[in-house]
Amino acid sequence: MKLKKGIPVIDQGNKLGFWGGKFGGNFVPETLKKPIEDLEILFNKLKKDKKFIQERDKYFKNWIGVPTRFIKLENLTRHVGGAQIWSKVVSDANGGAHKIYNATVHCLLAKRSGKKIICGDTGAGYAGKMLSMAAKKFGLKCKIFMGAKDIARQQPNVKAMKKNGAEVVPVYSGSQTLVDAVSECMRFWVANCDTTAMCVGSTVGPAVFVRICGWSTSQISRELKVQLIDEFGSMPKKLKLYNCVGGGSSSFGFWNEFMDYSKKQCEFIGVEAGGPTKSKKHAAPLTYGSKIGILHGAAQYVNQNSDGQIEETESISAGLDYPGVSPLHCFLKDTKRARYTAASDEQALEAYKLVTRFEKLKPSLEPSHAFAVAISESKKLSKNTVVIVNSCGDAYKDRGILEKRLGKKYVKSN
Amino acid sequence: MLNPISAAFIKAKQENRPAFLTYTVAGDSSKKQSLNILKSISKNADILEVGVPHNTPVADGSQIQTSAYRAIKNGINVNDIFKIVKDFKKFDKNKPVILMGYYNMVFQYGENKFLNKCKVSGVNGLIVVDLPWPENKYFAKKCKKKSIYFIQLLSPTTTKIRLKKIIKDSHPMSYFISMLSTTGGKLKVSPKEIIKNYNKIKKINPKKKVVIGFGITVKTIGKLKSADGLVVGSAICKEISKSLKHRQNPVTNVSKLVKKLKSKIL
Repeated sequence: MKLKKGIPVIDQGNKLGFWGGKFGGNFVPETLKKPIEDLEILFNKLKKDKKFIQERDKYFKNWIGVPTRFIKLENLTRHVGGAQIWSKVVSDANGGAHKIYNATVHCLLAKRSGKKIICGDTGAGYAGKMLSMAAKKFGLKCKIFMGAKDIARQQPNVKAMKKNGAEVVPVYSGSQTLVDAVSECMRFWVANCDTTAMCVGSTVGPAVFVRICGWSTSQISRELKVQLIDEFGSMPKKLKLYNCVGGGSSSFGFWNEFMDYSKKQCEFIGVEAGGPTKSKKHAAPLTYGSKIGILHGAAQYVNQNSDGQIEETESISAGLDYPGVSPLHCFLKDTKRARYTAASDEQALEAYKLVTRFEKLKPSLEPSHAFAVAISESKKLSKNTVVIVNSCGDAYKDRGILEKRLGKKYVKSN
Repeated sequence: MLNPISAAFIKAKQENRPAFLTYTVAGDSSKKQSLNILKSISKNADILEVGVPHNTPVADGSQIQTSAYRAIKNGINVNDIFKIVKDFKKFDKNKPVILMGYYNMVFQYGENKFLNKCKVSGVNGLIVVDLPWPENKYFAKKCKKKSIYFIQLLSPTTTKIRLKKIIKDSHPMSYFISMLSTTGGKLKVSPKEIIKNYNKIKKINPKKKVVIGFGITVKTIGKLKSADGLVVGSAICKEISKSLKHRQNPVTNVSKLVKKLKSKIL
């Protein structure tokens, strides 16, 4: 299995949508074949269409507010005493997380296809919140599927969705988290694909959704590349990009433009959710060697039992609480372009404490996982190494959990 | 030897009625009970579809989901399902049995091993909901080698060109999804419209059998009589759930329902 140079990774799949011949694909009910094919044709056409790119860039700039900041975490660097620690503050984006890129692109596509309704899934609530924002912006009716357990633990985002006029549908089946929300959203699409567009909230699902999402979030690395050269005059010789990985949308977008650099110059480190230290459950299929299976239309490494039943996950971070992972990351793992590891709930909380103690930055629980590993590895690195963590979400949505686990003082200053 | 599925269509045709297919989930609500249900309905059903429960079923509505979760909770695994089919075949060896499920279950078991096990257990056909054409070409060929029908699904969204290609590759039986819906949805198109779409498919190759499923109940089954075959699934799963809720015997209640459904198409 080999990664090709000079071709975007999203376009490296084969005719049937498999990366490396085995990850991804379209394991979907017959009913969805046609709408997926329609979306593929539309997307393949529009991603080459200059006018469409201009339109996307216009909304990214004027509405989402790109570029997001690229800042040095001076105090944290000094405290850790190793590599220089920087952050790409993607949570600056309108709405407070990277999910806005994919949501905006899906709404633009829905408009072009003449659909009046858009449905989407959400875990942490960010994908749902952003989709509700974009739907409102572009005059689409919006329906969001969310696990009942996630509704309870991510209330701020639920309120935001409702305020934007979206209907939030609680999902009570299975583990009542993201995995069930995605299933229910796909079911809704099966029954309503003639009138409704679907937005999959991450680089997961049938191949075209993986591609659209990866294409959208790549905005992050596109602007980071410019910012790096502005800051350092040229590409740093030693660069390490840390990002949390749930479905894998922010990490893929954070890395995409650096794909062709050597691993030695630019290393990618994906941090999955290891779950509570005391629990055997986790949401880290890449780190803990889960087998390939089919989930939500795509072949991927996924937590499952020997029969093929999908296993329940556990993580403090709703956004990472997913048993599978993007086929793109499976591909990057097997081609050894990226390295994957996990941080536990406790390590993520510690990292959150440390970052907020030293910096004016409040990463949500998802990027706190990435900070945990970045901080621990930075200690052993030289100061000419540039470590960058994608702070892809804002902790505002987590304040209930943070208050419960760390006490009021970590929430009040928000 | 003629596949018992084809034999069932011939018999129904001779009796001037559609073949009647039931769908129940293996292991719902227990291994023993699901076997007893199969035994009790086999005299009224022509073909038995047996669901392989999966815990992320993206094409199933709430009734079948409930049955699947219940079966999984009660400990069913793939080997148990083969055992149920085998035991049933001891009871009624000529009754055709189709396994219906999601690809991950086949994939984890191993395609070849799964098919071998189907063969020795007496499975006559397979429906894999999320393995559409052309992705299923290779697996369908493997099925054919074992004289197991791989049953293609067709939907109202399937384009005419695609229909022709699928029918060309299809085995003697295909399954037409009546409407845009997950299983068990309320019938949102008229039976007349469904039959119109069905006839379009039949025209492509009248010799190949096409059954209609999704959303069929006691109320609607009679209006779809002109099809080669009709599948009822969610209504039966619902009956099991209802029986359990009222502490009644699901075996007798399902048996009664199946008899009633059958009477509507005679």
